[in-house]
Amino acid sequence: MRELLFHFFAALTIVPAFFVATSRKPVNAAMNMLVSFVGLSALFVMLETYFLAILQVLVYAGAIVVLFLFIIMLIDAGKSPHPKLIRYLASLAALALMVFAGYALVFGGGSGPFAEISVVAPANMARTFGVELFTRYLLPFQITGFMLLIAMVGVIVISKKAEAEGGAE
Amino acid sequence: MTVALEHYVFVSILLFAIGFFGVLLRKNTLVVFMCLELMLSASILALIAFSRYNATAANPLMEGNLFVLFIIAIAACEVSVGLAIIVTLWRRHQTVELNEINELKH
Repeated sequence: MRELLFHFFAALTIVPAFFVATSRKPVNAAMNMLVSFVGLSALFVMLETYFLAILQVLVYAGAIVVLFLFIIMLIDAGKSPHPKLIRYLASLAALALMVFAGYALVFGGGSGPFAEISVVAPANMARTFGVELFTRYLLPFQITGFMLLIAMVGVIVISKKAEAEGGAE
Repeated sequence: MTVALEHYVFVSILLFAIGFFGVLLRKNTLVVFMCLELMLSASILALIAFSRYNATAANPLMEGNLFVLFIIAIAACEVSVGLAIIVTLWRRHQTVELNEINELKH
């Protein structure tokens, strides 16, 4: 049952990801990315990191995809033309090479018997997260918060500047 | 057959390779950006898988998961700034196709 679910969720992650890379409309790409992120969060649930699965759905599948859709609607990005065949083939060759190299690295190394997931009580994961964040990782946590502020200010500056230039022209 | 660490790492490799494929293939800046996000989430999956499979009851090993928390926060920053840049690009050139943006060439 577990491996069946794993294969299902892995397919749910991988197949829409491929359509993100190949679909000609950006809106379809964003919708496929949404499905892919939901599959990824299901994989996180299978890894018993429930808190990060929730975070994945909230931040990625929620906020980031909505932001992408908003920008797509805003700038009215239409259909892209078909990529040239030579470009398609070269990219496909790079994909095949990476997958083959990854397969050889992961499964071909004679890595011994595959380990089953070890049982750690992850029941109070958010609590452990909070304790760790506010004790050992307090400085990185605050730096991250500051970075969000910097990003916000940066975005405001970027859009302000463009508006001023557009007005001058 | 049990679901082992190798399987998760291989899914992560597949996701990363597809993201790389998209970055090479597409010319639309938005789709390239989405494929970058896919590559980022592939690395997140690998990190979580490694940290989960190396955890024991004595050592819950939250470091990998905490690292993922930081990555998600930074990714949110990155997306907002990147999309602002794309909107600015659209305002200046009325296009998001990468091959039509050649300001730095001349």
